[in-house]
Amino acid sequence: MLQIHNLHATVADKPILKGLSLTINAGEIHAIMGPNGAGKSTLGYTLGGRPGYEVTGGTVEFVGQDLLALAPHERAAAGLFLGFQYPVEIPGVSFVQFLREAANAQRMVRGEKPLSGGEFLKLAREKAALLKLDMEMLKRPVNVGFSGGEKKRAEMVQMGILDPRLAILDETDSGLDIDALRICGEGINAIMRKPDKAVLLITHYQRLLDYVRPDFVHVLAGGRIVKSGGPELARQLEDEGYEAVAA
Amino acid sequence: MNALALPTRKAEAFRYSDLDALAGVWPVAREMVSVAAGDTVAQAIVLTEAQPTARHLVITLAAGASCDVRILNAGSAFGRITVEARLGAGAQFTLGAAQIGGGGQTLEIVTEVAHDAPDAISRQIIRSVLANQATGTYLGKVAVARGANGTDAAQSVRAMLLDRTATANAKPELEIYADDVKCAHGCAVGELDAAALFYLASRGLPPATARKLMLHAFIAEAFVGAPDEERLLGEALDRLESIL
Repeated sequence: MLQIHNLHATVADKPILKGLSLTINAGEIHAIMGPNGAGKSTLGYTLGGRPGYEVTGGTVEFVGQDLLALAPHERAAAGLFLGFQYPVEIPGVSFVQFLREAANAQRMVRGEKPLSGGEFLKLAREKAALLKLDMEMLKRPVNVGFSGGEKKRAEMVQMGILDPRLAILDETDSGLDIDALRICGEGINAIMRKPDKAVLLITHYQRLLDYVRPDFVHVLAGGRIVKSGGPELARQLEDEGYEAVAA
Repeated sequence: MNALALPTRKAEAFRYSDLDALAGVWPVAREMVSVAAGDTVAQAIVLTEAQPTARHLVITLAAGASCDVRILNAGSAFGRITVEARLGAGAQFTLGAAQIGGGGQTLEIVTEVAHDAPDAISRQIIRSVLANQATGTYLGKVAVARGANGTDAAQSVRAMLLDRTATANAKPELEIYADDVKCAHGCAVGELDAAALFYLASRGLPPATARKLMLHAFIAEAFVGAPDEERLLGEALDRLESIL
């Protein structure tokens, strides 16, 4: 599904990703762990196409397309979802308003029929219930006045509505209390653990991985993947620290 | 100031004006509005027609009176609206204005809100969206007289520049001679929030749609709570469409 080959990227002319390679197949859940400053968030933003994250080398293929040639909204239409570590607040624009437009813009690119207002609301209600988020909150301006946990649950609701092929979730677990962590973890499993989908979890900690068991764990340090393994690698990192494991 | 002589740029209220266009509509008749004690008046000024236009409102609010003025300044090559308001004790004055310009338009809103007596409330919200070579100006003075304690005045002035060639001038001004007052003003000129645009794009919204959605929200702030909010917003969005 996703083949990253020797990816180099800079932010404000500073090299952050220095030859990162990673392959993710359909049906797999991968976790990327690593110390602060390793380039984890840069990887997410670079794959999402955020302006300012400049690719200076390497290739990324996503479901047979050159991902790096696509604009951010085209990447979304191709089936990529980026869960933000810090979801952005947008005053005056409600979730339901923009999400219906976003979902239908994606459907149009894929040659699918647009969702009617009723169909969209039904879908939104269903996904909000899955994440135990009050539907009324989706009628409010995007993330404005939401607590940290509500923002992350709203990210997962959006993921449920948009139904991507690949979700890159950047520290979805940060800022969550224990209950919200479980709800988000169960949400990720319900929405994304399917044979035709895949997930890349970016995280510091083992705790999210207790709910969303990864098939593969990678250690990112110095802008490249320095070690890969199964779920046991995450536990080893938790016990021994990045320095010992990645050395 | 002699009301009949054409002003020059030396006059602060005309510093950024289009004096050639102004000459064509000068002198500007004062439109007197008087709101009696306890009464409520709402007025909407929509400038969307093609010819250069200047209007000048002088509003007097008696004690406890309330006046809601909304402005859509979006029409011609030159649109200028001056609003003077004098507030009696406990009066309430709201001004919500949107200026939407492209091409070489010069759009101006000039206000002077005088809190002459205690406990009056004034709210001004000015939102400008400017493209191409357009110039949008807001010059707004709030004057609080000696003894007008309990005054609560707020000015929120924001302009969005869609092109580097567009210009926004903003001068919120406070002149306070009373001690116990609450006066707030905020002023910002900028571009759409890049982080928000990327967030919307990452969900699949094409850039033009994302920009439009954010500009809608920005302009809507000027018309929140107006008696004919929907009509004003609809007309504003039509104008927005024409400059994008």
